[in-house]
Amino acid sequence: MLNEYLQVLKSEWLLIAIIFILLFIKVGSKEWKNETLLYSINFLLLLNLIAGYFYNLPGSLFNGMYFSNDLIFLQKNILNLGMYLVSLIAYPWLKEHKHLLEFYILILSTLLGMFFMISSGNMLIFYLGLELSTIPLAALANFDLEKRKSSEAAFKMIISSAFSSALMLLGISFLYGVTGTLFFSELATLIHGGPMEIFVFILILGGFSFKMSVVPFHLWTADVYEGAPVAVTAYLSVISKSAILFIFMTVMFTVFRNLEPQWYFMIFLLSVLTILIGNLFAIRQNNMKRFLAFSSIAQVGFVLLGLSGVSKIGMTSVIYFLLIYLFSNLAAFGVVALVSATTGKENIDDFKGFYKTNPFLSWVLAIALFSLAGVPPTAGFFGKFFLIMSGAERGNYVWIIFAALNMIISFYYYLRVVKAIFMDQNETPIKTIMVPALPKLAMAICLLGIICTGFLSWIYDAIFNLCNF
Amino acid sequence: MSEIPLTHILFLSTGLFFIGVYGLFTRRNMITMLMSVELMLNSVNINFVAFNKYLYPEKLDGIFFTIFVITIAAAEAAVAIAIIINLYRSHHSIDVEDASEMKY
Repeated sequence: MLNEYLQVLKSEWLLIAIIFILLFIKVGSKEWKNETLLYSINFLLLLNLIAGYFYNLPGSLFNGMYFSNDLIFLQKNILNLGMYLVSLIAYPWLKEHKHLLEFYILILSTLLGMFFMISSGNMLIFYLGLELSTIPLAALANFDLEKRKSSEAAFKMIISSAFSSALMLLGISFLYGVTGTLFFSELATLIHGGPMEIFVFILILGGFSFKMSVVPFHLWTADVYEGAPVAVTAYLSVISKSAILFIFMTVMFTVFRNLEPQWYFMIFLLSVLTILIGNLFAIRQNNMKRFLAFSSIAQVGFVLLGLSGVSKIGMTSVIYFLLIYLFSNLAAFGVVALVSATTGKENIDDFKGFYKTNPFLSWVLAIALFSLAGVPPTAGFFGKFFLIMSGAERGNYVWIIFAALNMIISFYYYLRVVKAIFMDQNETPIKTIMVPALPKLAMAICLLGIICTGFLSWIYDAIFNLCNF
Repeated sequence: MSEIPLTHILFLSTGLFFIGVYGLFTRRNMITMLMSVELMLNSVNINFVAFNKYLYPEKLDGIFFTIFVITIAAAEAAVAIAIIINLYRSHHSIDVEDASEMKY
C-alpha cells in the first residue's frame, strides 16, 4: 500500500523533495554562490528528468481522485523536459539575481500543480492543481520587482486568471447541481446533452479558453508575455500552455464526450478565429516577446484544429505537436533570453545585422522560427501537417483550407525576423555574445529535437500506441 | 413553516455573480476589482452549499469544495495584494488606467 503511494505519485514526490531541499538551503545560514547553486539545481532537475522514465506504476489513488497511466507519465516527462530546458535558458538572467532560490521554489510548485492537474480524476483535484499552477506564476511574472512593466503584467495576469477560474467554478457548481458528482468517470455517463449541460460546458470552455489564450479571451496574453521576465515568459508560453492543453483534452474526451456533436463546431470556430487573429496581430508587433506571444496564440489555434478531429490520430498529433512546439519555442526564447539578459534589447529592429556578430545564435533563432512557421525539413512542418490532417477527417474542407492558407500569413512575419537577422544592415548591431555552457546545452537539445522529432517516426508511433482513446 | 425554495437561493447566487462581473468591468480601482472577483467566488460557494443541502443531502462533495474555494480565494487575494503593493511603489497609484504601458 505504502509502496503504491510512493510509486504512483513518484513524479510529485521527486518535485516535492527538490522544493524542500531548496527551502532548507534558503532557510539555512550558509551563503552559497549563485554559480554553484545554479549548476547543482540544474543537475537535480536533470536527475528528475531521467528518473521520470523509470519505475512508473500506473494506478489510481484517493478513491479515484488521482489516476495515472502511461500516457500521463509521458505528458509529465514532456513537462519535465521543458522545465529542464527553461532552467538552462534562465541561467544568464539568474546568474546575477538575488532571489534565485525563490524563483526555483515558485516555478517548481507550479510544475507540481500541473502534475496534479493532468492526472486528476475529480473536479476538486483539478481545480486545486489549476490554482497551484497559476497563483505562483503571477508572483513569478512580477519577479523583476523594480520594473514597471513587470508588476503591470503580474496584475493583469492574476485578475484575468481569477476571473477565468470564477467562470469555470460557476460551471463546475452547476455541473454538480445537475449531476450530483464531481468524478470525471461518473460525469461522463451522466451527461446527455440537456440545455443546462450545454450552458455548463460553455462556462467551463470559457475558463479553459482564458488559460489557453484562445481568441476572444486572449487579450491578457501579449501584455503578460511582454512584461514578465523572459524565462518566465518561456515557461508560460510552453509548459503552462502544454499542461492546460493536456487536461483540456482529457476533459473534452472523457467528461464531455457525449456532448461532442455540440462542441465540435464551437471548438472548430474558435480554432479558425484564433489562427486568423493571432496571425493578424503578430504582423504588427515590434517587440520580440510580444511577437512570440501572438505567434503562440496562433499555434494554439492549430492545436484546437487537431483536437476537433476527436479521434485517436487527433489526440496523438496534439501531443506530438506540443513536443515539437516545446523544442522550437524554447530555442527561440533561449536566444531572446540571452540577448535580453546581456544587452537588454528586445525589439526586432535591434536584431538587424545579428548574423554578422553572432552567427551561431542567428542560426538557432532562424531554425526555431522556420520550425514554428512549418517549413518542411524541420519538425514543425510534420506537426502542423498531422494537426490539419486530423482536423480534415471531419470534413469542412473550406475552413480547413482557410486555416492552411493562414500559414502563408505566418510565413510573412516569421520570415520578417529572419530577414532582419540575415539581410538588413545596421551600424550598431548587437555585440558578440559569449554563450555560456548551460544555454548552449539547451540550444543544442532544442536543435536536435527540432531536426530529429520530424524524421524519427517511432516517436509518433510511440505516442500513438500510448493514447487510450 | 415552509422551507425557502432552492430557486430563491440560486437567484441570490446568480445575482451576486453578475454584480461581481459588473464590478470587475466597471471599477477602476484595483482593490475594488479584487473584491469583485471575491464576490464571484463567494456566489459559487453559495451555489455549492445550496445544491448540497437541497438536492444531495447524503453527500459532502459540495461542502468540501466550498472549503477549498475559500482557502484558495484567500491565497489568491494575498498574492494579488502583494502585487498591487509592488505596483503602487512604482506607479504611485492603484488605478488601472495608470497601469497601461502595454497595449495592443
